[in-house]
Amino acid sequence: MKIGLDVGSTTVKCVVVDENNSIVYKNYERHYSQIKQQIIKILKFVKDNIIHNLPVKIAISGSAGIGIADSCKIPFVQEVYATKIASNIFSPGTDVIIELGGEDAKILFLSDQLEVRMNGSCAGGTGAFIDQMATLLNVSVNKINDLAKSYKKIYNIASRCGVFAKSDIQPLLNQGANRADIAASIFVAVVNQTIAGLAQGREIKGNILYLGGPLTFLSELRKYFDKTLKTQGICPENSLYYVALGAAICADRIINLDEIINEVETCKTTNNFAHNKPLFENLDEYKEFKKRHNKNKVKTGKIKNYKGKIYIGLDIGSTTAKAAVIGENCELLHSVYMPNKGEPVNIVKEFLEELYIEYPNLEVASSAVTGYGEDLIKSAFSIDFGIVETVAHLTAAQNFMPDVEFIIDIGGQDIKCFKVRSGVIDNIFLNEACSSGCGSFLQTFANALGYSIEEFSRLGLFAKAPVDLGSRCTVFMNSSVKQAQKDGATIEDISAGLSISVVKNALYKVIRAFSPKELGENIVVQGGTFLNDAVLRAFELEVGAEVVRSDIAGLMGAYGSALYAKRHENGKSSIINLNGLKNFSHEVKYANCGGCGNNCKLTVNKFNGQRRCISGNKCEKPITGKSADDSLNMYAYKLSLLHQYKNFISEKRATIGLPFGLNMYEMLPFWYVFFSSLGFGITTSPASNREIYLSGQHTVPSDTVCYPAKLMHGHIEALLNSGVKYIFYPCMSYNFDEKLGDNHYNCPVVAYYPEVIAANVKQLDNVTFINDYIGIHRPKDFSKKMHEILCKYFDGISFKEVKKAAKEAYKEYQLHINRIKAAGEKIIETAQAQNREIIVLAGRPYHVDPEVNHSIDKIIAGLGVAVVSEDVISGKVEKFSTDVLNQWTYHSRLYSAAKYISDKKNMNLVQLVSFGCGVDAITTDEVRNILEKSGKIYTQIKIDEITNPGAVKIRLRSLLAAIHNN
Amino acid sequence: MAKLKYSKDGRLLFTKEMKKEYTILLPMMLPIHFKLLQNVFEHYGYSTVLLDSNAPEIAQEGLKYVHNDTCYPAILVIGQFIHALKSGKYDLNKTALMITQTGGGCRASNYIHLLRKALKKAGFSNIPVVSLNLSGLERNSGFRLTISMLRRMLCAVAYGDLLMSLNNQVSPYEAKLDNCKFLTEKWIRNLKNQMNTENGINFKQLAKNMNAISDDFAKIETRHIDKIKVGIVGEIYVKYSSLSNNQLEEFLALQGCEVCVPGLLGFLFFKIDNRLEDIKLYGGSQLKASLLKTFIKYLEKFENIMLNAIKRNLKFKVPATYQHTKALADGVIGYGNKMGEGWLLTAEMLELAEAGYENIICTQPFGCLPNHICGKGMIRKIKEINPIANIVTIDYDPGASKVNQENRIKLMLAIAKESLLKRDKQNLKNTNKPKTRTNKNNYVQLKTEELPENLVAIKT
Repeated sequence: MKIGLDVGSTTVKCVVVDENNSIVYKNYERHYSQIKQQIIKILKFVKDNIIHNLPVKIAISGSAGIGIADSCKIPFVQEVYATKIASNIFSPGTDVIIELGGEDAKILFLSDQLEVRMNGSCAGGTGAFIDQMATLLNVSVNKINDLAKSYKKIYNIASRCGVFAKSDIQPLLNQGANRADIAASIFVAVVNQTIAGLAQGREIKGNILYLGGPLTFLSELRKYFDKTLKTQGICPENSLYYVALGAAICADRIINLDEIINEVETCKTTNNFAHNKPLFENLDEYKEFKKRHNKNKVKTGKIKNYKGKIYIGLDIGSTTAKAAVIGENCELLHSVYMPNKGEPVNIVKEFLEELYIEYPNLEVASSAVTGYGEDLIKSAFSIDFGIVETVAHLTAAQNFMPDVEFIIDIGGQDIKCFKVRSGVIDNIFLNEACSSGCGSFLQTFANALGYSIEEFSRLGLFAKAPVDLGSRCTVFMNSSVKQAQKDGATIEDISAGLSISVVKNALYKVIRAFSPKELGENIVVQGGTFLNDAVLRAFELEVGAEVVRSDIAGLMGAYGSALYAKRHENGKSSIINLNGLKNFSHEVKYANCGGCGNNCKLTVNKFNGQRRCISGNKCEKPITGKSADDSLNMYAYKLSLLHQYKNFISEKRATIGLPFGLNMYEMLPFWYVFFSSLGFGITTSPASNREIYLSGQHTVPSDTVCYPAKLMHGHIEALLNSGVKYIFYPCMSYNFDEKLGDNHYNCPVVAYYPEVIAANVKQLDNVTFINDYIGIHRPKDFSKKMHEILCKYFDGISFKEVKKAAKEAYKEYQLHINRIKAAGEKIIETAQAQNREIIVLAGRPYHVDPEVNHSIDKIIAGLGVAVVSEDVISGKVEKFSTDVLNQWTYHSRLYSAAKYISDKKNMNLVQLVSFGCGVDAITTDEVRNILEKSGKIYTQIKIDEITNPGAVKIRLRSLLAAIHNN
Repeated sequence: MAKLKYSKDGRLLFTKEMKKEYTILLPMMLPIHFKLLQNVFEHYGYSTVLLDSNAPEIAQEGLKYVHNDTCYPAILVIGQFIHALKSGKYDLNKTALMITQTGGGCRASNYIHLLRKALKKAGFSNIPVVSLNLSGLERNSGFRLTISMLRRMLCAVAYGDLLMSLNNQVSPYEAKLDNCKFLTEKWIRNLKNQMNTENGINFKQLAKNMNAISDDFAKIETRHIDKIKVGIVGEIYVKYSSLSNNQLEEFLALQGCEVCVPGLLGFLFFKIDNRLEDIKLYGGSQLKASLLKTFIKYLEKFENIMLNAIKRNLKFKVPATYQHTKALADGVIGYGNKMGEGWLLTAEMLELAEAGYENIICTQPFGCLPNHICGKGMIRKIKEINPIANIVTIDYDPGASKVNQENRIKLMLAIAKESLLKRDKQNLKNTNKPKTRTNKNNYVQLKTEELPENLVAIKT
């Protein structure tokens, strides 16, 4: 008999096979991280019921099995390898295996050359990801499968990791999108992630085998794989057990099972893990702490006895909806805190109905709503005011501490922090899509370990050695937690460790603070997550100061909104009354806008009366019916400039294909004129869009590279499909020297991405791909070197011709830059004349690509603000010394632009940062530094494949609110 | 006490007085090389401490003071410095730090600036930082890289490469545990003494020492066992420093592997050669070009002596020359690709595969920009050229878990073992003689057919 154990991230699978490899016993169970106990239980059962005293061999496999195998000296078989062994025996003739596990995704190519691929450490799209999504939708995983059967349309959801996907799905939920559609979209995202992340250019064809939990249990997921791969894969019998089977087959040593069980039982853990000081040394300390915080109580009143006007504040957050009702003396009369279950409209409706029916004599004088669901709820119930979250939170915090200097709010999905100077917001920090570590993060962990969140955090209070988990995203954290468990950390240590990590994440990743002094003396903490004593204590310990948490920490947004409503009351509230609620109707429709090339997928919520709420739009056109006004939008102008370089065919020479991405966004005028002067025709790839990206994603070798680089693969595909015989995409270590910095490099990705294209896009073999190293920074040598290069590919080009073409190219480039500067100048003048705010949307030339910037320029313009780009003003300052090595041309412009606006009254800067841009880890701190030195607010917007326009709007509105208050 | 002096742009200088009073902390990367390099500094009158601590708090200190999306080496090196400064072991009024500055378009050129920023945040702005570079950046009156010092440093690097290569080749097979370790330590002591007495520096002495080292390693008793041969390449710090790669070499040794890590000399060649390639590609001064060529020739002398020393004992595998390695990348990736480890990384993978170390771990910090291109980006092409190449890329990061990394490496090793067995079977068929090996040294020797799929040698 042979035993195979597969200890995965969430489950333990066990099989026993006889000498003919027939399965005698199999078992599949969740282990809730109690790995050791689970293994002992299973082995004992197997021993008593199956093996008895027969000779037996054993092997362990699976990512969570390594530790046990090592310390108990049980043979270990790597799980992908085990899959391969099992498929040889149980599914001979298989060409490709796709296996999704709890946290791993794998593809094995078996025929021809054997290749095995596993997801990297920053790739979700696995079972855990689907679990998280199910939690978010508040349904079971199987229900997601059922829902997906009746979908009507697919939304774009990032599945790089759960955190990203959440920020895509949450707004969809809040906007009232159909859950069936979301469910189907989740599956499509998983399919895309698996193929994009793992196939890496190799075609998936032939006999395909689907293995692992998600693909076994979810029929719809298999369907989407079939659909995308245009084939029909098989999910074989025992598809859950292939790894365990492979391990069993590999088992080769007769062992004594009792000894093994004994080994596992007694195996010592190293107890060597990095840990922090306990949160509380003893119960007295905790009591003291409780006593201190219990002092911060909101003024309350009894709604039953109350007579007079009331004010309603609503905070419709990403996972919860909160409501506060206050009276004329700002006393809190009534409040509710409920999970929004993805149906915020129903929840608010129920709340209002109850309020009206229970207390029919109260008169609503005013109302306000804030949070993600602001727009939807405001139009659904005719709420008087919609306010940005930061304003709501500040209003509430000032009520507890009038001279508050720093507010930190950790909610379900967001971290919002702001500095307050003289009573107004001075600086804002919001978490990026990738720095999760919020309330839902703790919740997910608690649930995964089989606890409720309350229970789980209580466990951590008196942990002896809270694990030091650093501050990382959920995906990383999962494996760190497992590692710590392996090293002997208790559940208490892990609970405390996670609370500490939430705090560290906020402090070091979001705020980028390094000492409590920076936060000021008067700190108010709020948000549901701070109701958790462990988190609060960890925060106080980490900043080394006592902070104020009110007893309604989770309600501050709603309470602040109510206060705001009261402050701005203007006679009678417009809020819907009981009668209105009785006739309330709510209808959701989906439409494609078609107003412009963006083709936004709109969700239209219609309510009775004429009220409706449109979302999913990137500009105001579907709402106002008017085209976006781009007259003061530099990004739109830059894009239109580039679109003037039209494709043409030349009779004299062949056509050169130019991929329209990355640095081509600035170099197009140069190369266009250069090649047309030499008599070549030109074809540029079309403007980027999602389809172009998807068409190239299968050749992307590194899934953590920035989105603009990934898009290049699609542009090359587009050129290949256009039939051009030559594609020109040069490597360029150096850029033009604009004399702004210490050097004038391109970043490594911009400089050398043509090499990646050449090495990974196979179809380039059918065309001539010119990707030589070219130095435009030395105009004198350029013609000579360029002539040599061209002679390698073409006949009959003279040096004289090249020299002439080069001269024209340099001239055109200069003209292009001048056009940009002149137009920018005009926008600034106009804006100043009209007394409008100007935002310098600072990024790189390729951030002009609407597929890259997700029309953030239009969102800003829609707020009535003029948008200019960094290159408009970067030339206006003398070279100055920075605290970092200023060596990249594009990034030097950022520093100069920041410097330039530091004394300009109505100019502010928003930095666009592509996810995965390593260079920006350096530039963001420096740009912030330059701005803050002159008292300006730094705002950063991280963009990736997908971005959440709702979050961007909050950020920008907060910035504008802060500017106006100043 | 030395007075604090600042340059015009506000940089705290390392002055002559400081040279007398201060202790300079050096970060650790390659133990053999850095011990010898430290000795060179000491010889020139600098009091130094090589930081070899690897407490888990180092990364946490780094994360606190460095932007968390910055590359892992910066987080660790800076974390290690700050951890040391906070340890109370050093007089903060008499401590300086030294860090290398390579220049070039990668983020790494910014480490020194990030270090200064971090020091300021941590309240150590009075600690001077000395830049170690060949480009004449950031001058300090108290620290000068003289020609004779440079020469000794090159010797240290060459000796280091030799000792590392031989140690890697012999230790997996040594009959008595730690023989290689003791021999290496003995030679480090010996070389330190020699170099402090003006010996072991000229080419003749270099050759004599290197030959002796080679002979010493050849004398170590070994036994024949099949081991999986694994090459390690990648971003320079993560590749070499055990602090950053979770003791990768130790882990591989425990898995029954022989490890090959390309030497540091190649990286020096690469950095010099890049400037020459720039001139070839984009134009520039011919005088500068000929100076660079001379320097490369000079480096080749070191390389030559080292390779000859390895060659004289036939049992050793001789590493490829720089020029050969470079030639392998021709047509695969351009020589203009110079940021980070650039084309050298690709070339090293090709060289390792050619030399029989076809199982390769390509290491990089998470989000390493150059490695998107010359590491991950080139694997497909390398496999086209050499289908037996079995490459796994591993990202290192403060949050990446060891288990995850080791699991991926184990997958690579499982494939390696399978190919090893296949090849053995092939050999068997060809020779038609069953190989029986003697059973000694506590190792059960099994006939190839009996070799379990998942273990190469089982210790009894």
